[in-house]
Amino acid sequence: MTGPVGAFLPDGRLHLQHGPIDLVIEAFGSPGEVRAAYAQAAARFDTILTPLAADLAGLRTPIGDTYPLFAGPVARRMASAVWPHRSRFITPMAAVAGAVADEVLAAMLAGRLLDRAYVNNGGDIALHLAPGQRFNAGIVADPHQAALAAVADVDAADPVRGIATSGWGGRSFSLGIADAVTVLAADAATADAAATIIANAVDADHPGIRRAPARNLQPDSDLGERLVTVHVPQLPVDLLDRALKAGIAVADGLRRQGLIFAAGLVAQGRFRSLGIPARPLVQGEVA
Amino acid sequence: MNAVPEIEEPGIVRCDACPVVCRIREGRAGACDRYANVAGVLTRVDPLVIAGQAAPETLVPFLHGDEGSALPAPSITGIGSGTTYPDYKPAPFIVASKHAGIDMITVVTEGIFSYCGVKVKIDTDRFLGPEQAAVLANGEKVGHVTTAEYGSQMLSLGGVNHLTGGSKKEGNVTCDTMLALCNKLPAELVVEGGATIVVQAGKAPVVNGVREQRMRVGCGSAAIGMFAPQWRHLADEVIVIDDHITGVLSEHQGGKYLDMKPAGIRVRGRRSTPGRYFQVAGHGGGWGGTDVTDPLEIIEKIDPKTAWPGLRLLMVSTTGEDAAYFVLDGALKPQPVEMPAAVRAAVARVEENCEPSLCTVLFNAGAGGSLRAGVTENPVRLTLSVKDALTRVTCGGAPVYVWPGGGITFMVDVSAMPDNSFGYVPTPALVAPIEFTMRREHYERLGGHVAEAVTLEQVLERTAHRRLG
Repeated sequence: MTGPVGAFLPDGRLHLQHGPIDLVIEAFGSPGEVRAAYAQAAARFDTILTPLAADLAGLRTPIGDTYPLFAGPVARRMASAVWPHRSRFITPMAAVAGAVADEVLAAMLAGRLLDRAYVNNGGDIALHLAPGQRFNAGIVADPHQAALAAVADVDAADPVRGIATSGWGGRSFSLGIADAVTVLAADAATADAAATIIANAVDADHPGIRRAPARNLQPDSDLGERLVTVHVPQLPVDLLDRALKAGIAVADGLRRQGLIFAAGLVAQGRFRSLGIPARPLVQGEVA
Repeated sequence: MNAVPEIEEPGIVRCDACPVVCRIREGRAGACDRYANVAGVLTRVDPLVIAGQAAPETLVPFLHGDEGSALPAPSITGIGSGTTYPDYKPAPFIVASKHAGIDMITVVTEGIFSYCGVKVKIDTDRFLGPEQAAVLANGEKVGHVTTAEYGSQMLSLGGVNHLTGGSKKEGNVTCDTMLALCNKLPAELVVEGGATIVVQAGKAPVVNGVREQRMRVGCGSAAIGMFAPQWRHLADEVIVIDDHITGVLSEHQGGKYLDMKPAGIRVRGRRSTPGRYFQVAGHGGGWGGTDVTDPLEIIEKIDPKTAWPGLRLLMVSTTGEDAAYFVLDGALKPQPVEMPAAVRAAVARVEENCEPSLCTVLFNAGAGGSLRAGVTENPVRLTLSVKDALTRVTCGGAPVYVWPGGGITFMVDVSAMPDNSFGYVPTPALVAPIEFTMRREHYERLGGHVAEAVTLEQVLERTAHRRLG
């Protein structure tokens, strides 16, 4: 069994990895503060995965009427993030990536004075913004094109410290056909859970869509026998638009509940957003 | 949770690389995407291949020629090094290593090659399709049949026009096909107006469902030149059937030299020089790459003034895979008879001299401006340095042939590269490792990112977590 490892990437960002967790971390501020923050992040990371793995059985169990109690701090973040969604099918695993990012960000900020920082856990990102600071997050509508459909400007004054993306082609499974649902929320775990729920809602009925029981793909998947999307053919535009509309409806509900701040939904190059100014950007031709 | 112990299903591998302990089904990866179940074996799938750690069979010999005189090949390869695209940042690894007292710099990167193609050499005389015919994979045009070469049919696949010049599907299928071939996996190709073939680097081609065995020893005429003295006493006439040149021993220079008596058997086709005939039959899957299944079909006439009853006739294909032995009866009609042991041995020798038929796959790509910028601030100087042989280019540690002329366009035999060296990006384009190795002073002179150089030990340290378990 291999333990957690850390290394600096050639450009100076910190890379922490243990099992399925890959964190890319960057802090901005005085060199001394940045160094200390990185050391705190690495120290916290040492004991992230093992306690989390110990709670896996419970974390893979769907949330019902009883609030699940966990010992580990990351597991507690996960439970808290998915609890508001208990009327739908969800397990705490829907928030795992975001919760890890939040936990490590919190550890690296303790006692530090940083202008900005982020912990990017495979696309689920926890942010720190000191007053007056901002982050730009690009949203890609078509993964085959190196062009951004929109840019979300996150200002320190916005209630956004987490960005997460979910889709059927990613590392975790989806019940829907969205290529990417990106959510901006108060923290990464909340964004992660909401992105999962919204992506599941972007769905269509089409004979070309192939689905398989999650357990047939990953024996231990928290989705059990549920059919997850394994192939989406080119879909008619009206079907895509209906699917995106259904996703937007769910996203809008979550926004009214105060769970999310904004969302961008992408299916086969079609982009719908809620709360994000969709400004088309001209990109150079990729050659 | 219930306490019933889980029964492990067959085909599932339990990964113990980290505390998550994923159970992984065959053909799938664990939660980390780093470990996968490949045919029942837990396999690391994101190797940064470092010479000292790779399995011996995947290693490519690194030193060519005299140590110290030539530039060494890199001690680390670009596979798994990752890349940035466009390369506005220095290449992932710039490794300073000492070689024979000289500071060597190896720039290790993975290049994204929008301009790349694959040349496939298929050792067969069988007719795969007309030259210039389109080659299709999954119904999309991915290349064409190009000019035939010695004992082989050649395909030219990929290239920028199929990758990005056609429909998105054409580009993706082209990318997938090249990726499979470059990673030494099989690809099924259909030649328009020709055969369906399965091609895999280092393996025999499968033409219309039949696995090719041997490539011919030479054309029919060459076979006669090679074996005439051995055949002299075994038969009165030997006809070597070949799609290109069919040879007739007694008429051929080889037979004349041995004072063989003319046999009076005239084959079809167009006589080129004595004993050498073009186009005795059509192309096909029969004898020697022709459409002939009964060899007597190619005999146009037997001259009664020259031939004689009891004349022994051996007919053999250029690979020795097909052979038949006849004796002329009283009416000068060839009658099949059992082949004497000595004749069988002669046929076996033809077959023995035919090398195993293989597919070979050369990856052909150009290191474009942006990739070179990852190496140096002044990209053209890298090109010049390569042309001046001051910089050695390797691909996954394997030697490459750099085309003369502009740019750094190279060819590499994918069989010489470690397995799974290639990846892709959705552009679509292939991702391949590429390493540039040069003396430190030359690297400085060409405007290299010397400040980014790290020692080999530092790279190993930095990437410790990516090492093969």
